[in-house]
Amino acid sequence: MIELTDKNFKEEVLLCRIPVLVDFWAPWCGPCQMTGMIIEELDKECEDKIKVGKLNVDENPQVAVKYGVMSIPTVVFFKEGKEIARKIGLEGKEAYLKIISNV
Amino acid sequence: MSNSYDLIVIGAGPAGLTASLYASRYQISHLLIGSQLGGTMVWASMVENYPGFDSITGADLAQKMIEQVKKLGVEIKNTGVIEIKRKETNFELKTENDEFLEAKALIIATGTQRQKLNIPGEAEYLGKGVSYCSTCDATFFKEKTVAVVGGSNAAVMSAIHLASFAQKVYLIYRRKPLRADPIWVERIQKEPKIEIIYETNALEIIGNGSLMTGLKLDKSYQGSQELKVNGIFIEIGGVPGTDLVKVLGVELDEKGYVRVKPDMSTNIPGIFAAGDVANASGELQQIITAASEGALAANSVYRYLERSEKQGSPYLKEG
Repeated sequence: MIELTDKNFKEEVLLCRIPVLVDFWAPWCGPCQMTGMIIEELDKECEDKIKVGKLNVDENPQVAVKYGVMSIPTVVFFKEGKEIARKIGLEGKEAYLKIISNV
Repeated sequence: MSNSYDLIVIGAGPAGLTASLYASRYQISHLLIGSQLGGTMVWASMVENYPGFDSITGADLAQKMIEQVKKLGVEIKNTGVIEIKRKETNFELKTENDEFLEAKALIIATGTQRQKLNIPGEAEYLGKGVSYCSTCDATFFKEKTVAVVGGSNAAVMSAIHLASFAQKVYLIYRRKPLRADPIWVERIQKEPKIEIIYETNALEIIGNGSLMTGLKLDKSYQGSQELKVNGIFIEIGGVPGTDLVKVLGVELDEKGYVRVKPDMSTNIPGIFAAGDVANASGELQQIITAASEGALAANSVYRYLERSEKQGSPYLKEG
């Protein structure tokens, strides 16, 4: 699991050779904690397919604003520097797995 | 069939998790399935009435319950059920991923879902101004103008929370006066940033495709039926998650909750219910009542399965 920031986002996500799952979260958001549990499992189970990163929207407002994140948890999937899928709100693990199997 | 269990617990909030905990202790082969890990409790920013914890966030408590269940080796499927069919000797479930599962007994612990306004633009602008969680999303509206819809304690608390970020907050309520507790009504009236619009409904959420820009109201406010806001927080309560079981003929009470007997059984043999979706604890929708009903339901399933086995009869034999 990678800690994403305004600084390293371009290098870690946009220039990454494999698809990246970005979990937009904040410490005060309860549902985000559940999403955090789920993506931690995804990180272990799908490490050969995707990279998994967490971005704290409170500390990294630039990326959140750039990608129009206005509700958390939001999980965005990137491939070759572009957004390919987005899930807003607390979703089940299988919903993310479905996207991962199609990336 | 490998997808066949004695029991499937539907819902992963405190009722479902406790039911699973007890089912494990009774050694009932079972699966826990739910699309919302932790259920409604994860929205609670602070829980101070669950015994054993002075103060704990709902999400922390949920995480502890989930870990406890996982330690017992329970299989948790983190997805939704879209259909239940009643077969001759068991129930067949279809998941959101088109997977089929079977069980001899079911515990329905689907809780409540947030009530939506069901107006145009609500789905389109979700995450683009539309939100159901002011604690989560208030920070995105610093120095912006937002609306809260509702008149309950939750709506008033949301408006007050938002007022510490936004420059202006409208509270839109279809009735008058507010139905929040007097202490909250007094507090909201002292907030200079909050303006209450009574006896008014939001008809449509309008925007430019990428962001919402305003609301269409059913009557004009300060000369216009359009209210310019950057965000809307919908706080109009919850509805019991009974869509799955209604079609099976499970009896509901006059408010739409599953009618259960003291042992959490429903009118359909093999179907039990627990937690916020059930009418067992009346208006008291608490983590502790959900947990307690989950335990009761698991105990009843244990006795039900035992009885069915002894009789060697179809599990669903009426009466």
